[in-house]
Amino acid sequence: MITKTVEEIKTLLSVIPDPEIPVITIRDLGVLREVRIVGDTVEVDITPTYSGCPAMKAISQDIVKVLNEAGIERVNVKEIYQPVWTTDWLSDEAREKLRLYGIAPPEKTSSDKNAILGKVKHLACPHCGSIDTELVSQFGSTACKALYRCLSCLEPFDHFKCI
Amino acid sequence: MNKQETLFNYILRIADSQLILGHRLSEWTGHGPMLEEELASANTALDLIGQANSLYAYATQVEGKGRTEDDLAYLRSEREFFNHLLSEQPRGDFGFSMLRQMLCDAFDVLFYSALMKSSDNTLSGIAAKAYKESQYHLRHSSSWTERLGDGTEESHQRMQNSLNELWRFTDDLFAMRAADLELVNTGIAVDTSSFREAWFKQVSEVLERATLTIPTHAFMQKGSLEGRHTEHLGYLLAEMQSLHRAIPGVKW
Repeated sequence: MITKTVEEIKTLLSVIPDPEIPVITIRDLGVLREVRIVGDTVEVDITPTYSGCPAMKAISQDIVKVLNEAGIERVNVKEIYQPVWTTDWLSDEAREKLRLYGIAPPEKTSSDKNAILGKVKHLACPHCGSIDTELVSQFGSTACKALYRCLSCLEPFDHFKCI
Repeated sequence: MNKQETLFNYILRIADSQLILGHRLSEWTGHGPMLEEELASANTALDLIGQANSLYAYATQVEGKGRTEDDLAYLRSEREFFNHLLSEQPRGDFGFSMLRQMLCDAFDVLFYSALMKSSDNTLSGIAAKAYKESQYHLRHSSSWTERLGDGTEESHQRMQNSLNELWRFTDDLFAMRAADLELVNTGIAVDTSSFREAWFKQVSEVLERATLTIPTHAFMQKGSLEGRHTEHLGYLLAEMQSLHRAIPGVKW
């Protein structure tokens, strides 16, 4: 018998951090989609940021662990593909958290073709704020990031790719 | 073959191609020309293997025989794989890998863009995600194709040799089973002939900027749809599947 409501379960889950970028939670990221109570089972829908994101396994395990500790034994985590995850789902608050963590946040409106193709103009350095920055590599330390360099403070930084 | 088997085989064709290409790219890990390109190859490989994983998961549902994604990837033999011949070719030098990648990425962008409109919700969802990723991959592989093709005399010659070697496998990308046409008619599958011209145009433009010449007398190789592969796939599978063969039922 599940005594908690869907909202209470969502609140429990909303503290789970992203395993790669621990300053933002899976709710901030938009990875956590839906929670349903079906009989004695809690079903949780999550959506991957990228097809090959290795964090999805860790996120699944974290969800099961958090709910088990809250006394919910039967948990079914499902990966869903629609609607397709987009960086637009990141809240303003999450963007600011990313910036403070040293990751340049994605631009908004990823439907803009230029943004999809990575033609980002004036990407600000998360350390010094300068827009004199350059792309080092389209692929950074994880699938969701690209590597940049600031030509003012000379620090390298990650940019959360815009998709 | 009933409709369920046809769909199962159709999904395998897409999944196998992405898995094998992803495996080939992952071979660059530890061998890349520079750190950034190691990351790029590994990241792209992750996307492709991730796509394969989602597709295999769906294939096991369609099949309904209790097999898992791992069973499909690790416990089938060469003749049961339907991947594009292009994807299984050995990685060659870095330019060879980037050129092959560009040919495959250009195909993927157009293929997924069409599959996004599939009447099958799972396939269209996977395709929508993969489409975004493929655009990103294509941008990377095209830029290397251009840079190395239009680079030094040495890099140009190597890229031209790579193109001469790879071009004969490009017809096979578009091969379709007669049974798949039924899936096309019901709006589930994509008719590859519908975007073949667009693919050729796009690839030609990149190759032109790379100052490379498409071979005109290539003898087109086929057979992947019947599980007939070049000799290289067997060796790839022997390596990729060795752990699962040695320790049956192993799980991460």
